[in-house]
Amino acid sequence: MANMLANIFGTSPVFPLEKHIGIAFSCAKQLRGFFAAAVEGDWDKAAICRAEIERYEHEADDLKKEIRLNLPKSLFMPVPREDLLELLLVQDKIANRTKDVSGIVMGRKMQIPSQIAEQFLEFVDRNVDAAKQARKSVRELDELFTAGFRGAEVALVEGLIEELDKIETETDDMQAALRGAVFEIESSLNPVDAVFLYKVIELTGEIADMAERVGRRLELLLSH
Amino acid sequence: MEAEVVYITLAVVFGIFMAWGIGANDVANAMATSVGSKALTIKQAIIVAAIFEFLGAVLAGGEVTSTIRKGIVDAELLEGTPELLVFGMLAALLAAGTWLLIASRNGWPVSTTHSIVGATVGFAAVGIGFDAVHWNTVGNIVMSWVASPLTAGFIAYLLYLSVQRLILHHDDPVARARRYVPVYMFLAAFTVTLVTILKGLKHVGLHTSVRDSYLIAFGFAVVIALVGSVFIQRIKADPKAEKKEHFYTVERIFGVLMIITACAMAFAHGSNDVANAIGPLAAVISTAKTGLVTANSSVPIWVLVLGGAGIVVGLATYGRHVIATVGSKITQLTPSRGFAAGVAAATTIVIASGTGMPISTTHTLVGAVLGVGLARGIEAIDLRVVGRIFVSWVVTIPAGALLAIVFFFIFRTVLPPY
Repeated sequence: MANMLANIFGTSPVFPLEKHIGIAFSCAKQLRGFFAAAVEGDWDKAAICRAEIERYEHEADDLKKEIRLNLPKSLFMPVPREDLLELLLVQDKIANRTKDVSGIVMGRKMQIPSQIAEQFLEFVDRNVDAAKQARKSVRELDELFTAGFRGAEVALVEGLIEELDKIETETDDMQAALRGAVFEIESSLNPVDAVFLYKVIELTGEIADMAERVGRRLELLLSH
Repeated sequence: MEAEVVYITLAVVFGIFMAWGIGANDVANAMATSVGSKALTIKQAIIVAAIFEFLGAVLAGGEVTSTIRKGIVDAELLEGTPELLVFGMLAALLAAGTWLLIASRNGWPVSTTHSIVGATVGFAAVGIGFDAVHWNTVGNIVMSWVASPLTAGFIAYLLYLSVQRLILHHDDPVARARRYVPVYMFLAAFTVTLVTILKGLKHVGLHTSVRDSYLIAFGFAVVIALVGSVFIQRIKADPKAEKKEHFYTVERIFGVLMIITACAMAFAHGSNDVANAIGPLAAVISTAKTGLVTANSSVPIWVLVLGGAGIVVGLATYGRHVIATVGSKITQLTPSRGFAAGVAAATTIVIASGTGMPISTTHTLVGAVLGVGLARGIEAIDLRVVGRIFVSWVVTIPAGALLAIVFFFIFRTVLPPY
């Protein structure tokens, strides 16, 4: 007999969303190894990282589609479906930006000037940290659902998001400083390389921006 | 004499078939919440179900059996022709069984209760006469079909809201769970026991005063809560698992409560659904034996026992697979949520059983789940499916009625007269 009880439950989006941010973070995390290799000019190693990034980005994409398919309009949920879809979209953008930035660097076999290399790697690190903090925040989703988006759990998530905002502000400051450093040595660079270097810095910074937007989306869920 | 044996044999065969079907399919809904939330293993669930379904059927199933047996059909009209009632009840059993079989084959969600009631009303209205149906009783039954999911939903909503307020919203949910979960245990045990004693036990020949009933239920519930507390205190917090999942230990504490909930659900289910299946059987037996339609004897215990046994066999042969399947699909019902839905449904069903209303366990449980959902406790409920359930619920009544009418005329032609 078709089981009524089993079928009234839609596929819960919570675990898949948590899984998705996990993949997006794993994707962004590869940037550490990727840029470390790029700075050293070890393009074989960079290619391996780049392949991993592409794999994760695909995985995130597939999961994104699957989650969307399992969220029909007929679902009755404690939070608006649109907000969850938006959250999914910004989560996915973390992986997208990672892929974009690694694609440019790989395609041009871009040399990061040695004067700014260390500063640049720190900047990448902090962006990855932001993605990690986003993952930590999204992983509270199941607890939020259990607690009905109220009480101590909300305070906990708000704390996590605050921390996320702090990291993002740091990356903004680092980005400004880094742009300044590039400007200093700009004249010694090939003009096209310089343009792309700015571009890479901007795209990398967007990883933290997207992580921050994940926090904003979560906050919207909390306010329901 | 010969006719009597034929009637009873057929009724027993059909009745056991129905009970088997209920055990194989329906019980899964009552037990899957505890299997899905991992409070019980499948094996434990089967044992709990076997014991409490049986107890529910025997101790609290009498009123519902009586309603099906003599509440729907106006027996006075049949005084001269008792065989009509026998044919009708046989037809009702066979119709409900057939309809359930057809529905299962096609994957439609249907209710045993609705099939039986539909079939009984059908044969009486068409086979005997429109006036042969106690439309008042039928009206009340249909009202109870609306009221039961609503009531269960409302109770579940309040229960889950209280769980959130009292336990989940606090900084130290584990400590608060240890304090409050025994209270829930007390409430669940008290309600189910009290209703059973007040309404059910007279069928097994036990008579207690109202005051004694309250005292017994109170004492029993205190014992349950104390035993539960012992188990709760033995659950150690697991900081490592909690770091990943804050409510890990809380849910494990609710897991203990879930076991009591499972017992209550099985008991409630036995008290109502088993009675549905054997109501017609009881009617056939008492009419065939005495030749009187208005026989006022109570339902023989052995008939209830037979129904309970049929359910247990159904559980053992086929039910375990259904429990496993359903349990794996309803992981959203964690112990804290599953308990709220389960206790709300069990309470509603036991009360309905006490007043003799044949209601559907599954529909009541669906109402309870929606109630938890309204308290923002469930991640996603598919309203399309809920809609489909309501449609199939309505369709089942005429379908059962139609089949019963056909079988009634066949039996009247084929079977020997009394």
